[in-house]
Amino acid sequence: MLSIKDLHASVGGREAGEAGRGDGAEREILRGINLEVRAGEVHAIMGPNGSGKSTLASVLAGNPRFKVTSGEVLFEERDLLALSVEERAREGLFLGFQYPVEIPGVTMANFMKAAVAERRKALGLQTLTASEFLAMTREKAALVGLAPAMISRAVNEGFSGGEKKKNEIFQMAMLAPRLAVLDETDSGLDIDALRVVGEGVTALRRKDNAIVLITHYQRLLDYIVPDYVHVLAGGRIVLSGGRDLALRLEAEGYDGIV
Amino acid sequence: MADQKEILEKRLAGDYEWGFVTDIDTETIPRGLNEDIVRLISAKKEEPEWMLERRLAAYRHWLTMEVPTWAHLKIPEIDFQDIIYYAAPRTGPKHASMDEVDPELLRTFDKLGIPLEEQMMLAGVAVDAVMDSVSVKTTFQAELAERGIVFCSMSEAVRDYPDLIQKHLGSVVPHTDNFYAALNAAVFSDGSFCYIPRGVRAPMELSTYFRINAAGTGQFERTLIVAEEGSYVSYLEGCTAPQRDENQLHAAVVEIVVEAEAEVKYSTVQNWYPGDREGRGGVFNFVTKRGLCRGARSRLSWTQVETGSAITWKYPSCVLMGEGSVGEFYSVAMTANKQQADTGTKMIHLGAATRSRIVSKGISAGESQNSFRGLVRVGARAAGARNFSQCDSLLLGDRCGAHTFPTVDVSVPSAVVEHEATTSKINEDQLFYLQQRGLSGEDAVALVVGGYAREVLERLPMEFAVEAQKLLALSLEGAVG
Repeated sequence: MLSIKDLHASVGGREAGEAGRGDGAEREILRGINLEVRAGEVHAIMGPNGSGKSTLASVLAGNPRFKVTSGEVLFEERDLLALSVEERAREGLFLGFQYPVEIPGVTMANFMKAAVAERRKALGLQTLTASEFLAMTREKAALVGLAPAMISRAVNEGFSGGEKKKNEIFQMAMLAPRLAVLDETDSGLDIDALRVVGEGVTALRRKDNAIVLITHYQRLLDYIVPDYVHVLAGGRIVLSGGRDLALRLEAEGYDGIV
Repeated sequence: MADQKEILEKRLAGDYEWGFVTDIDTETIPRGLNEDIVRLISAKKEEPEWMLERRLAAYRHWLTMEVPTWAHLKIPEIDFQDIIYYAAPRTGPKHASMDEVDPELLRTFDKLGIPLEEQMMLAGVAVDAVMDSVSVKTTFQAELAERGIVFCSMSEAVRDYPDLIQKHLGSVVPHTDNFYAALNAAVFSDGSFCYIPRGVRAPMELSTYFRINAAGTGQFERTLIVAEEGSYVSYLEGCTAPQRDENQLHAAVVEIVVEAEAEVKYSTVQNWYPGDREGRGGVFNFVTKRGLCRGARSRLSWTQVETGSAITWKYPSCVLMGEGSVGEFYSVAMTANKQQADTGTKMIHLGAATRSRIVSKGISAGESQNSFRGLVRVGARAAGARNFSQCDSLLLGDRCGAHTFPTVDVSVPSAVVEHEATTSKINEDQLFYLQQRGLSGEDAVALVVGGYAREVLERLPMEFAVEAQKLLALSLEGAVG
């Protein structure tokens, strides 16, 4: 489903006139990532701060803040890097944000209605009727323990940290992606919320989709059991293994392994 | 964001859909302005002597005035002798029955989304349709008359309700008020008059749709609304003009009188032709709008969505005279390409315990300049007056400007005046978030901008909210919930 070959990406080096970001110097963050993800699999990517985990997620989603300097990414046999941000999303790539942004005045309902319509259009499905859409939002909100009334609130505005993360998984459920990349979905969650989110994601696992979990800690993996665990350090995957690798990392720390 | 500029430009390069010209035989008078022209306009309208005298007084005063230059606008010199001050479709000024209206006129308003045939009319909205200098048709007049409500063109009002017109016309905006108000008082051609008797609630929205069609002309309409004690009316105003390379002048005056316990809501969706991307053509929209809350606990609320015009100069204001009267101003002003807007409001607190609220949302794009200008004045007898102002500016791109010119002038210690202002650029992280969920860049911009303007758009009556959202290219806002 996803095939990453020798991916290099950097940040900075922005043109003059787009001030306010970076110091103008280009800095390489991903230094040759290789990863294969097949349908039905869950991969966990772990690693110390600054290793490039979130950059990998951003680059896959097409965040223009990062520049791919070389390498190849195939998503469902297509050249992912040639697609725009929204085309990737419509093809079924979902990014669960580490810091979901607030969008004042834009209701979750309007936002999700537009997003679901785009996804369904890409799948060749008809637009949902208002009542079908409402029924779907109720069902998916229940999955992550969000009150249905949140659909009339502005996107992430005034949401608690836990609600924001639940809202990411709610959106994932609404959009039924082929590949979900969840960037530190566990950060900022208390134990109960972690369980709800973890179980919610697990309920969305199917034979025909795949999940890439980016996390610092292995505790999320108690709820979403991965098939593979990779350690990212210095912009490369330095170690791969099964579920037990995560437990080893927890016991020994990254220093002992990387 | 690398492609953000491109997205914005695509978003903002949308064609002006209302730029067509109706091919209709139009009667015009000679170019230029002098006393004979003023007399000619009055004669065309078969006005009584007192009306002509008022026009001449205004014209003579106008001659003594200078073009205002204090606004943050670059206005090319206007040759007031090169304008045609009266143009009318030659099919006669006013039609009682639909059969007499030129089908071409009906098609024009149909095309603008304003059907005038009874069976097709917008339910719950009575329309006065004004093309160039004359009112073409006013709908639902009979239904309104049953409740004693007068809703007609200004020409008819001068003829049929001389007492009301003599009493109120110019009582809120006298011809001495400013340069463009004086010009309007001299040459105004048509407009709407609306009278709500004591204790009556208007059973439907009243609206005027202004259309400029003829070339080389100016439009000078005059609107007067009188809400007697305890009455209520919601009034809407919309406008469009053909796409032309020359500038056209629109200098209107709106006056509103609100008596005790009465309430008037006045909504505008201003969509005059804004000129092309290089700044060629477009309407100069120099308008004076003011309401007098004369009675105790009277209320006046202005809501405006300003997207059109090459240059906008307009400050819908409230004079809060009655004790406990309330004035509100909600505005979204969007400028793109080379448009310029200097708009805002004045809240003049004269009575005790008067309250006012100002919510202004400016959106600037392209190379446009967008200014908010506000005055909050609390007089010596306005004990306990309160004002809250919120003034936000959103910049789309790095070649546009947003400016805020607030003035606060308080003469009584017990008044409370609050002012909040923000300026922000469109947030790249918000756009990326929306695009990551499958929305196009254009739709993402529209959604974010719609969210920003929501507080104001929500104030509009349903039909207008829909049009306003479309105007702001908010194809998604309001689709649900």
